[in-house]
Amino acid sequence: MKVQIHVSLKSGVLDPQGRAIHHALEGLGFSGVNDVRAGRLIELDVDDSVTDDQLDEMCRKLLANMVIENYRIEKVGEKEQA
Amino acid sequence: MAFRSAVITFPGSNCDRDMAVALEQASGTAPIRVWHGDASLPDRLDFIALPGGFSYGDYLRSGAMAARSPIMKAVVEAASRGVPVLGVCNGFQILTESGLLPGALMRNAGQNFICRTVGLKVENNQTLFTSGYSAGQVIHIPVAHHDGNYFADDATLDRLEAEGRIAFRYTEPCNGSRRDIAGVLNKAGNVLGMMPHPERAVEAAQGSEDGRALFESAVRAVVAA
Repeated sequence: MKVQIHVSLKSGVLDPQGRAIHHALEGLGFSGVNDVRAGRLIELDVDDSVTDDQLDEMCRKLLANMVIENYRIEKVGEKEQA
Repeated sequence: MAFRSAVITFPGSNCDRDMAVALEQASGTAPIRVWHGDASLPDRLDFIALPGGFSYGDYLRSGAMAARSPIMKAVVEAASRGVPVLGVCNGFQILTESGLLPGALMRNAGQNFICRTVGLKVENNQTLFTSGYSAGQVIHIPVAHHDGNYFADDATLDRLEAEGRIAFRYTEPCNGSRRDIAGVLNKAGNVLGMMPHPERAVEAAQGSEDGRALFESAVRAVVAA
């Protein structure tokens, strides 16, 4: 099973990287961009026996830093289809 | 009694030798060098140092992988028994990632790697690491980091301040750290994490000797205990 873990900074946390990207977009002449937040996408290929609770624990223990980041788990499909 | 200290080396650590030299200079005894893959620490340790560097290539987040390496279980256990632990730069990142210290170290606000000597104000000199300084003293210590932007929420920051757990502050904004925090202590006061490198300021040839008192303070605290 393919699983995507979307890790993003919590809303109250300043994102220097997002700000720099925002600035660069403006520099390229793109207008109308109100805000940019940069995150991280981690793709896992896991056995079907891996439970939602285990995925959640992986996020909390390692993949996201709960002090500054949120995570969202998305199952994107079975291994065979990938 | 000899000062029994250990310097932990992770793959990618690069300040472990400097740390060992600074500890030997202050204590007269060379630290024991410990590899990250070891499951246990030498017994009867008086002091543990987590050096700077780029452990595991800063993969995932700075310090994230090192914080989950085998030796860190033993370091967390030793810290809970009161053994003094100093984490500098990447060592500080490892301490926050392992949960021994609150907060997190994010990318510098200006995106740049910052490598220069900065002013630090000693906020609390009633700690085993800082007793050799006077309260409010300004010292000069080099920083060299990309991810030194200290973040914690307001409630945590208020609590750290109320409990005297801010050891050092930058004298002027450096990397975007909230409230200019450069070094924090755990609640018991035996774990210190700091971004600036005191081990790079222990001899006149390094441009500053202001870091020396930190190591001498720790040695004195252990000998007195």
